[in-house]
Amino acid sequence: MNAVLYWTSTIAKSAYILVFPLTLAFFLAWAERKQSAVMQDRIGANRAKFLGRPFLGLVHMVCDAVKMFVKEDFVPDSGHRVLHTLAPFLAMFFALITFAVIPFGYQLTIAGETIGLQVADLNVGILFIFAMASLGVYGMVLAGWSSNNNYALLGGIRASAQMISYEICIGMTIIGAILALGTLSMQDLVIRQGYHYFGWLPRWGVLLQPLGFLLFFIAGIAETKRVPFDMPEGESEIIGFNLEYSSMKFAMFLFTDFIETVLIAAVTVTLFFGGWQIPWLFESGFVWPWGGGWEIHPNVVNILRMAAFAAKVTFFCWLMMAIRWTLPRFRYDQLMDLGWKWLLPLSLANIVVTALVVLLVN
Amino acid sequence: MAVQNIIKVAARRREATLGFWERVYIFEVVRGLWITTEHFVGNLYYHILKLFGIIKVHPLTPTIQYPEEQRTLAPRLRTLHRLVRREDGSPRCVACMMCETVCPALCIKIVAAEGDKPQIEKRPKSFDIDMGRCIFCGYCVEACPEDAIRMDTGILDIAAYSREGMVLDIDTLLSLQPAQRRTDKEVDELQRRLLQ
Repeated sequence: MNAVLYWTSTIAKSAYILVFPLTLAFFLAWAERKQSAVMQDRIGANRAKFLGRPFLGLVHMVCDAVKMFVKEDFVPDSGHRVLHTLAPFLAMFFALITFAVIPFGYQLTIAGETIGLQVADLNVGILFIFAMASLGVYGMVLAGWSSNNNYALLGGIRASAQMISYEICIGMTIIGAILALGTLSMQDLVIRQGYHYFGWLPRWGVLLQPLGFLLFFIAGIAETKRVPFDMPEGESEIIGFNLEYSSMKFAMFLFTDFIETVLIAAVTVTLFFGGWQIPWLFESGFVWPWGGGWEIHPNVVNILRMAAFAAKVTFFCWLMMAIRWTLPRFRYDQLMDLGWKWLLPLSLANIVVTALVVLLVN
Repeated sequence: MAVQNIIKVAARRREATLGFWERVYIFEVVRGLWITTEHFVGNLYYHILKLFGIIKVHPLTPTIQYPEEQRTLAPRLRTLHRLVRREDGSPRCVACMMCETVCPALCIKIVAAEGDKPQIEKRPKSFDIDMGRCIFCGYCVEACPEDAIRMDTGILDIAAYSREGMVLDIDTLLSLQPAQRRTDKEVDELQRRLLQ
């Protein structure tokens, strides 16, 4: 591969995978207002106007950004100035870096060269994601600790306790998926979901691991620290780790939650819903299970697959937002019960059953 | 004994109402999500129709877009006060201090002066109502022997930038108009007929 194409494609891929979650997070912040309004028979934000039109309430988001930038950036006198500033950057960095291994498409052929649509094709991609997601908890803990505030510290401790409890469950659940699909590389995980049972039923992870999907999704929502698992923040009544934050640093914590929502949606899609796969769409075009098909140019096929990945991720973001606006918050003991007494044993049972089935089938 | 029985029955009923599948919770979550999704899809349909101008009013949201749309007020609703004038234009108030005395929020301040006509003994030199204190109980209206103060302007959005700004003086109170279509004369006629 020539150097110009290599560098251009790498920069373009990095830009895409950076802009994709950030854009989606921006729209999630908008959906937080508008979707909740539509679900609750309200109208939602429509007062801020640009050129006399509210643009579906999107102007509010621009106003929010301006407000966050011009607000006072407050650091408590007795707090640790360096760590206090570092914490939101850590939280956001570890949420964004995980997208490097998410395959957002298969490959494009440009000037005779194939470009894999994934920034870093690690052969342990799935482990990289959870390593980085686990490091993300440092952002919360440091935020709580460096504020030198008891309430913030307790919030940080709640955050770390919750993250550790549910990370174990996530780790156990993906072992089931890895056993069923037989690889650790994210791109291979998606490619191996491209087959069809009986010639028509797509072999997506959710068919192989229905319980695994459910457990992963529940634990994933807990990882995003949003309602019904928003014990670390609890912005409306209990005080969380971001108590001493203001201005853009506060917004970064807020944004981290949305980016993690996109991340969990992306990983759920990659592991359990076929990633960029579209049923019956192969490299040469559609092949219908009832015979016949459409010939499509391979590059068009792969652009369709990129769109399919984006659409699936958007759907799961919508679903998580719907859950956030439907369920009340768990009590802390219920949270721990759910994590340790239900999800962990179930995910262990899931591993055993999956391993037995894999052993018998092979 | 009776209370304990009630508590026992309530506890038993609560246990009876939560079945196994409800304790599992996941199916109840799905049921709840189904309800909110139904609302979401139904509302979204009408929002899209409204966005493209096919319908003017969203039929499912009860929202009133406040400054532009305002709900109609009941005629008997107590709103901002006004002072009623005589037919010659002078205030009806005779500065008897009844309203100032009855006011539980102590928001009315009247300074009396001698009347300028032989048949009017007193008139208000100043008549201030502190809207920052008023609790809209309507006692002043009931206490007034001359029917000089009424709360029928229909004005609810009373706001000012300072505490002093919330104090309305006699000129402001006299300048306010009733919200209803009935004039002062018609109201007087109605009251006279009701009293007969």
